[in-house]
Amino acid sequence: MKPELDDDKCMRCGACVGSCPVNAIFLKEFTLDINDDCTECGMCVKICPIHALDIGGDQNGRR
Amino acid sequence: MDVDEGDVLKYDVVVIGGGPAGSVAARFAAKGGADVLVLEKRQEIGSPIRCAEGVSLSWLEELELEDIDSSTSRVMKGAILYSPAGHELKITEKLAGDEVGVVLERDHFDKDMARLAVKEGADYMVKTSAVGLIKEDGIVKGVEAKNFGKRFEVRAELVIGADGYESQVGRWAGIYESLKPKDVMTCFQYRLTGIDMDPDYTHFYMGSDAPGGYVWVFPKNEDTANVGLGIQFSRLNGSKTPKDYLDEFIESHEDYKDGEPVDMVAGAVAVSHPPEKVTAPGILLVGDASRIVDPMTGGGIVNGLKQGKIAGEFAVEALNEGRFDEEIMQRYEERWRDKLADKLWRNYMAKETAMQLDDETFDKIIDALSEIDLETVTIGAILEGVKKKYPELVEEFEDMI
Repeated sequence: MKPELDDDKCMRCGACVGSCPVNAIFLKEFTLDINDDCTECGMCVKICPIHALDIGGDQNGRR
Repeated sequence: MDVDEGDVLKYDVVVIGGGPAGSVAARFAAKGGADVLVLEKRQEIGSPIRCAEGVSLSWLEELELEDIDSSTSRVMKGAILYSPAGHELKITEKLAGDEVGVVLERDHFDKDMARLAVKEGADYMVKTSAVGLIKEDGIVKGVEAKNFGKRFEVRAELVIGADGYESQVGRWAGIYESLKPKDVMTCFQYRLTGIDMDPDYTHFYMGSDAPGGYVWVFPKNEDTANVGLGIQFSRLNGSKTPKDYLDEFIESHEDYKDGEPVDMVAGAVAVSHPPEKVTAPGILLVGDASRIVDPMTGGGIVNGLKQGKIAGEFAVEALNEGRFDEEIMQRYEERWRDKLADKLWRNYMAKETAMQLDDETFDKIIDALSEIDLETVTIGAILEGVKKKYPELVEEFEDMI
């Protein structure tokens, strides 16, 4: 399952975009898209400065 | 500028990203006679600000500027470093080699850098994203772009990727290197108003308030400052976010805890060593996209400005020679590395060490330095100073003195 974005929290800062190892996340002016290249590695979930992304479970050290 | 679906625009140089590095590259390319177009994804250049805004003014002359527009900055007298136990070290302008520090108004500053590029003849489009590279026989020949939902092409001899930390251009060109978690800082900042501080100094708090990083307080006026922190990505564990760390810091500081936020900024900064390659035939990267952020401070503006000029001047030269092959792109690589790479590597190694220091060590270092009369702030002078009081701390860095 791809990470889920909490739109109310997301600040469109791009931290997850630059950190995604497979370039699956795209920052548009007012939205963030995650495409099917996502490998569910959890990097974006962990790097988000405000925890606006969640991938479920506890496999990435953060919920 | 207005475009229609399917339009094909022709330029010598197209710059992706209207930040400081992109605009300086555009300015110097245009100055040398190149036709330049800058594409900015956002609707406003310089906004939203994703920056702590503290920089040195070491680049004015180099950028052929007499002074910085006063609406874009506030001049500082120096910096104060705080250890976890509260020891203070004041670093004045004189100590820092007369290097003036300023706190920028990035939203004004970025627009001013764009203004200077336009003055030389560069064109700009805002709310316009690059969506892919145009390649012919493996050589980059321009970008596909989108403006108000309309797709169009910009054909150019050279594409300059100035698209920041989250650079797409570098990835499309196949010159992207994955970042190691230890080489990424994840950051959070408030602009707090109604706080108490010395507004003529930038303030830095070292130690476990911000693991692997530091807390900064950069004054915007008498009672308002950018208060933020960066934390080493690999040290983030459990559910505590950079925002949580910052909230804790603010709550525990009398001077700041009654402040109210008027802005909030999140982001990530790469504090890696310089990458192997920031060019391919027909394309080069500048600024954060090329990972020239100083690994020690996390600051990228100054290096981006200096590198932007090199890129713009290189573009003119290559245009005049009529080629953008692998070989000529090496010229840009060599020039920016000559200028920046030594210090980036040195500070990368220093960062690797500094990130390991515990609170007690920070206390000792700042305590020792606050007692002596530092004449210059160099790594050597700092180590010498610490050695006088805590020789055991300096043993492993002896070769750096």
